[in-house]
Amino acid sequence: MGKTLFDKVWDAHVVRQLDGGRSVLYIDRHYIHEVTSPVAFLGLRNRGIKVARPQNTTGTPDHNVPTQDQDKPVAEEQSRNQLEAFARNCEENGVEYFRLGSPQHGVVHIVGPEQGITQPGMTIVCGDSHTSTHGAFGAVAFGIGTSEVEMVFASQCILQPKPKTMRITVNGRRGPGVTAKDIVLYVISRISASGGTGHFIEFAGEAIRDLSMEERMTVCNMSIECGARGGIIAPDQTTFDYVKGRPRAPKGADFERAVARWKELCSDADARFDAEYEFDAADIEPMITYGTNPGMGMGITGTIPSDEGLSGSDRASFAKALDYMDFRSGEKMIGKRVDYVFLGSCTNGRIEDFRQFARAVQGRKKAPHVTAWLVPGSKGVEAQARAEGLDKILAEAGFELRQPGCSACLAMNADKIPAGMYSVSTSNRNFEGRQGPGARTLLAGPLVAAAAAVTGCVSDPREVFGL
Amino acid sequence: MSIPKFTRLITTACPLNIENIDTDQIIPARFLKAVERKGFGDNLFRDWRYDESGGRIAGFPLNDARYGGEILVAAKNFGCGSSREHAAWAIFDYGFRVVVSSFFADIFKNNALNNGLLPIQVSEDFERKIFAAIEADPAARFEVDLPAQTFTILSTGEKTSFAIDGYKKECLLNGFDDVDYLLSIGDEIARYEAAHA
Repeated sequence: MGKTLFDKVWDAHVVRQLDGGRSVLYIDRHYIHEVTSPVAFLGLRNRGIKVARPQNTTGTPDHNVPTQDQDKPVAEEQSRNQLEAFARNCEENGVEYFRLGSPQHGVVHIVGPEQGITQPGMTIVCGDSHTSTHGAFGAVAFGIGTSEVEMVFASQCILQPKPKTMRITVNGRRGPGVTAKDIVLYVISRISASGGTGHFIEFAGEAIRDLSMEERMTVCNMSIECGARGGIIAPDQTTFDYVKGRPRAPKGADFERAVARWKELCSDADARFDAEYEFDAADIEPMITYGTNPGMGMGITGTIPSDEGLSGSDRASFAKALDYMDFRSGEKMIGKRVDYVFLGSCTNGRIEDFRQFARAVQGRKKAPHVTAWLVPGSKGVEAQARAEGLDKILAEAGFELRQPGCSACLAMNADKIPAGMYSVSTSNRNFEGRQGPGARTLLAGPLVAAAAAVTGCVSDPREVFGL
Repeated sequence: MSIPKFTRLITTACPLNIENIDTDQIIPARFLKAVERKGFGDNLFRDWRYDESGGRIAGFPLNDARYGGEILVAAKNFGCGSSREHAAWAIFDYGFRVVVSSFFADIFKNNALNNGLLPIQVSEDFERKIFAAIEADPAARFEVDLPAQTFTILSTGEKTSFAIDGYKKECLLNGFDDVDYLLSIGDEIARYEAAHA
């Protein structure tokens, strides 16, 4: 029987197989940030050891950084301490890190691919669940906890049970105004916020093949939101073209040899998956969430579902979610008031997202009551947006670019949505309080965010922008 | 280095009959700014436990004097969302040694096991029986037997077995830590690297 793409990459990295199913898995690339690494560094110090292979680790502070005045000292003391500890830990261990304000700085899952550090066939981990993003390159990439960060520091390996495999095929072509975010929100709404748990998902099918590299990253980024360990997409010419020429990508003949290897990275025709789903891209419209987990999504023209068919704790949890959002079953989402719009995060903070948003709002004006935070995922994205004049288009429409960081995605810095306010957010989680205590998050793609920003309410971007 | 040992436990339980409890609820991001691993229990379920002025929210089980003990029982898909290990640290630091749910998110389960916090997955049916036992008597006691891999509702005598990876079971019983194990096979890792360079 053939092997899946996931099996091929995983199996090639098993150093030792333990009884009971755990593997000692070799990790090619380790990304770190300031929030989930300090206790792992502390663990090393307590053991009297240092990072074993510092050349395989790259750091960038992102979760906790301000998105304004990055040239000034960080005002909040605890955040500043954490950022200083991060720099000190990296320096003491000889680990490279992208300093706040430097040209390579940004959100960890944006800068890894941007620098060409993320490549097909690698195993990649980071103490962050959205490490799944890097699966877009045909890498086995997944989030880990701090104990596991310490394992990788100490040995370049982790102990992991091998996940099951799942294939999600999205056939056909998507309609106008439908973004990669809509595709993945649709998938999660169909299989639920826990439907992928225990599995590694390969995304396949014409609608996936048609995606750009950045769009594929958006899809794989969100695979954790259905509980999956990660997402993976077989590398193809789109992948090779993206990687080629990036600072850390192989060069010249090395690149050609690498591509020859990368072309082997696909599931065999007779490979069997533990679970399979198929969807049709034509069924997908721009999506929005109405509840407090990413599985509570719906087509933007639809109505909030009822709890019919749910029982017991399911029903209670559904009611709790609608109560938190102050929504009721049967209501339309279109027309609901929006107070904040957030464009950014490792899900939708790349240059294509900013182009899409800027072109949509060009020649229009931000609704006066809407506060919009446009946060590029990296200094690279910010510089590119300025080079293309997107900042001017946005300024004319009443928007300004902030500086890179995770920002309002998890509201660890000062970018918090106030209690009770509604935020249309291109980020990845609509959990209670995720964007600030009491904040109400509606997850969506960049076009739905743009439509909300100019109309001041939930709107169908196909109508607003004539798509 | 080591993790806390776990063998057997008889204790009461705190019921949290809510599904999809994500790690942002267990410990909100704004409390992740520490550079050491202490004090997270104070902010466990912060926004469900305390109101904006820091007052305890009545009705939340952790604020209910009837409930206590070292077992947290939650409805399905517990620990979904962010990979923050702070969630496992907060639960342990608060005083829980066991979390029971009918379904755990993968990363949380690994994080718990790596910190001496035992995640026990039971059927939805058995979970309902646990909630019912606590509802009938908040002082109802439960027995967790890791060597036998069983969970017993002592008030009714109902018992279920639970699964745990053999390696992680040994680690918990003996307080072993994965980093020690990985360091012990350093030569083998170096050989793998040499062969794949």
